[in-house]
Amino acid sequence: MNDQTIPPAAERAAALQGLGSSRKRVEDARFTQGKGNYVDDIKLPGMLFGDFARSSHGHARIKSINKEAALAVPGVIAVLTAEDLKPLNLHYMPTLAGDVQAVLADEKVLFQNQEIAFVVAEDRYAAADGVELIEVEYEELPALVDPFKAMDDDAPLLREDIKDKMDGAHGPRKHYNHIFYWEEGDKEGTDKALAESDVVVEELITYPRCHPSPIETCGCVASMDKINGKLTIWGTFQAPHAVRTVASLITNIAEHNIRIVSPDIGGGFGNKVGVYPGYICAAVASIVTGVPVKWIEDKIENLTATAFARDYHMTGKIGATKDGKITALSCNVLADHGAFDACADPTQFPAGFFSICTGSYDIPVAHCGVDGVYTNKAPGGVAYRCSFRVTEAAYMIERMIDILARKMDMDPAELRMKNFIKKEQFPYTSALGWEYDSGDYHTAMEKAMETVGYKALRAEQVENRAAFARGETRALMGVGVAFFTEIVGAGPVKNCDILGLGMFDSCEIRIHPTGSAIARVGTISQGQGHATTFPQILASEIGLPAEDITVEEGDTDTAPYGLGTYGSRTTPVAGAAAAMAGRKIRAKAQMIAAYLLEVHDGDLEWDVDRFQVKGNPEKFKTMKELAFAAYSQAIPGIEPGLEAVSYYDPPNMTYPFGAYICVVDVDVDTGVVDVRRFYALDDCGTRINPMIIEGQVHGGLTEALAIAMGQEISYDAMGNVKGGSLMDYYLPTAVETPVWETDHTVTPSPHHPIGAKGVGESPNVGGVPAFSNAVNDAFAHLGLTHTQMPHDHWRVWQTAQRLGVTG
Amino acid sequence: MPTLNTRVNGTSVSKQIEASTLLVDLLRDQLHLTGTHVGCDTSQCGACVVHLDGRAVKSCTVLALQAEGRDVTTIENLAAADGTLHPLQEAFRKHHALQCGFCTPGMLMACAALLDDNPDPSEAEVRAGLEGNICRCTGYQNIVSAVRDAAKQMRA
Repeated sequence: MNDQTIPPAAERAAALQGLGSSRKRVEDARFTQGKGNYVDDIKLPGMLFGDFARSSHGHARIKSINKEAALAVPGVIAVLTAEDLKPLNLHYMPTLAGDVQAVLADEKVLFQNQEIAFVVAEDRYAAADGVELIEVEYEELPALVDPFKAMDDDAPLLREDIKDKMDGAHGPRKHYNHIFYWEEGDKEGTDKALAESDVVVEELITYPRCHPSPIETCGCVASMDKINGKLTIWGTFQAPHAVRTVASLITNIAEHNIRIVSPDIGGGFGNKVGVYPGYICAAVASIVTGVPVKWIEDKIENLTATAFARDYHMTGKIGATKDGKITALSCNVLADHGAFDACADPTQFPAGFFSICTGSYDIPVAHCGVDGVYTNKAPGGVAYRCSFRVTEAAYMIERMIDILARKMDMDPAELRMKNFIKKEQFPYTSALGWEYDSGDYHTAMEKAMETVGYKALRAEQVENRAAFARGETRALMGVGVAFFTEIVGAGPVKNCDILGLGMFDSCEIRIHPTGSAIARVGTISQGQGHATTFPQILASEIGLPAEDITVEEGDTDTAPYGLGTYGSRTTPVAGAAAAMAGRKIRAKAQMIAAYLLEVHDGDLEWDVDRFQVKGNPEKFKTMKELAFAAYSQAIPGIEPGLEAVSYYDPPNMTYPFGAYICVVDVDVDTGVVDVRRFYALDDCGTRINPMIIEGQVHGGLTEALAIAMGQEISYDAMGNVKGGSLMDYYLPTAVETPVWETDHTVTPSPHHPIGAKGVGESPNVGGVPAFSNAVNDAFAHLGLTHTQMPHDHWRVWQTAQRLGVTG
Repeated sequence: MPTLNTRVNGTSVSKQIEASTLLVDLLRDQLHLTGTHVGCDTSQCGACVVHLDGRAVKSCTVLALQAEGRDVTTIENLAAADGTLHPLQEAFRKHHALQCGFCTPGMLMACAALLDDNPDPSEAEVRAGLEGNICRCTGYQNIVSAVRDAAKQMRA
């Protein structure tokens, strides 16, 4: 019956464009022609527009709010304040970190640009005019800006709403501005090992407050249909299902009467994980007015009021034997969480996965502790293109290793090689309790060093320093080495949840009779190319061409429940769910094939796109044929149709790693740091689409460049945010961005169905220490131990001046 | 309210508008051309770039009335009338020069204007020419490759 010549397996596999194919993206046709559908593109009949009046002070008591003038503006329909939300019990909302956050300021403002009133108008111009006319009378209070003063006896009391609640979401609070203390490891053992070490170095490493700043800001359109009682919210949500459940819990609207839709999202990078007052106010305004209400923040609001990242002050201490074997690590962190603890971490991890801070090294004993405190700054603490505080941890350990190397007069790459976890030690349980799934660090590091010509670079640096000393050059060469291990793919339901929701993910596949398919997943793309890569996973599993598989995600009415896209979890968790759902499809198809070919199903074997009879490959049924049979034939004992769903609870996290090397030339007279070369070797396990991986690495490295070289959301002593627009906040353009060299090794995850580990966030995690180590290295021979980020021109010049080498 | 007479993507538009209306809002809210995006409001990001008489402008910083008697071209009109994509659109896909797609329309319009001025730009000239457009996803490398490849196609 199959009388045509069968193309070779390799040829058939290539035609599927499955795993490993640099398939071009299906999303691009829309995006390059202006046919994307972002939230601000949604326009509904009668839709109103909301805008916030915000606090001009960092800390003040609100004496009065006068909305009369605003209400008199033509086109202004309503103005909401905390007083309007109180009867609905919506003036506070739960945060993802177990705290509550004011939706509209209740009696006090706690950070500049905090939401005070929500003006609803016929268009955004009228709303903006109304916002200008909201009159707020304040009584200024002393602002708390320095987190190191937060727990002083005379520190200003910030959170009056919880001042008597000394038992916080993560244990007892030590002070009215204290949020939690969290620790991991063996403190006594670590202190003892450090005391007995031949060499100990200690340093305060600050990771400044920065902001993910996607080009598209946050926003939503809320529409309450009073006829059928259904509330629909389209919004920039990285986790639409979780938003639905939280919305149901806080509004008491039944969950089936809430539909959350994430349309195209213009970048997220963690910024769009949190729940913001704008979502609540737009929903309330729609319920009150009976028409849809849109809220879109502008860039200044985005930078100053929605979730920041980092702001970790980390005191690292590392000990070693005299020949450079690390003996112990301790790290104490002061975490500035702003006015409300709105960190987006799994519930049991108030400091995220910071305890990955032992990095890529076989450290026998370690301890870390994190104190979270309130200050008069914007709330947040999201993972800016990283998995829950992993980038902070990687930055700390990678700086500390360099500082130790400097102290011991050892080469930083050599010190790393000496202390790496060895290939044969995997699966490896770290001193702080994580089970690293797989790795081959020495191979990666050796490949990186060989590719860049590391020894020659160091020799060149010796020459450069001599030439600098002779006055022949004003530029100092720095070589930055970083080797990172990430922990991504949150996570196992046994210990990972967000507000009680287990962090599994899901995929549902429906094969159509003619052999094409639709796959729905619990995640949502913000540029990662899910519509392109999920079909590649499935193509390899079920033998249908990737181009015949549509992906749909982001609509809670149709997609299976999942926890969304952040923390590099899509491939490790939803990607695994897709593979497992594909295998269910294949299992059913095998039964159908056995019936059609009149053999026992055990006599069949899978071959790329078909089941064939073992030893007789001429006798086969393709998946396309089997799909049609599933819908057209009565097969005894088998239900019609071909569908499957998988909810995947990962047994462990995945641990991508990489070796990055950066070469800079620092002009000591201007402080300008020229990135001469940047080489990034990533090992993300099995590679699904190399083109997309490379794109992710380019983008992540550019974000790392931004963070290391210029990004900071800082505040003056009054709590005024400095640099809250793109006039000041550094987003690199094509001019400052260097050329990236990418490379890879492949060490599959042993527990993931296709061995993939996730890659999107690795370059941010590994890139920041590589840049910072390079800048620090440029001055190391002059006695510099550590200089804080960001390494902008002004700070670098100051460092040069302090070291006495400016002109 | 003043009346604006302009041409958008080759079609005459005559509309009464508030004098304060920004060009980007006219395009997006009144003419339903939502391919042009707003990213920053302060003329940094370039997501709103359109052509005014063939020159790239940031439409978030141009009053709609400034388009009086002039030609406005948006991303929706970059492909040919028969649907054939502009070489830049093809090259962006081929070189993976976009991810989330939000900056892409402005980026493409800036690139098109750049190639009008300089049909054979060096890598440094492409980078300098795109200084007014921010992309948070791609790291620019593939955008530069795409622009130079498109330039080559257009010269052929």
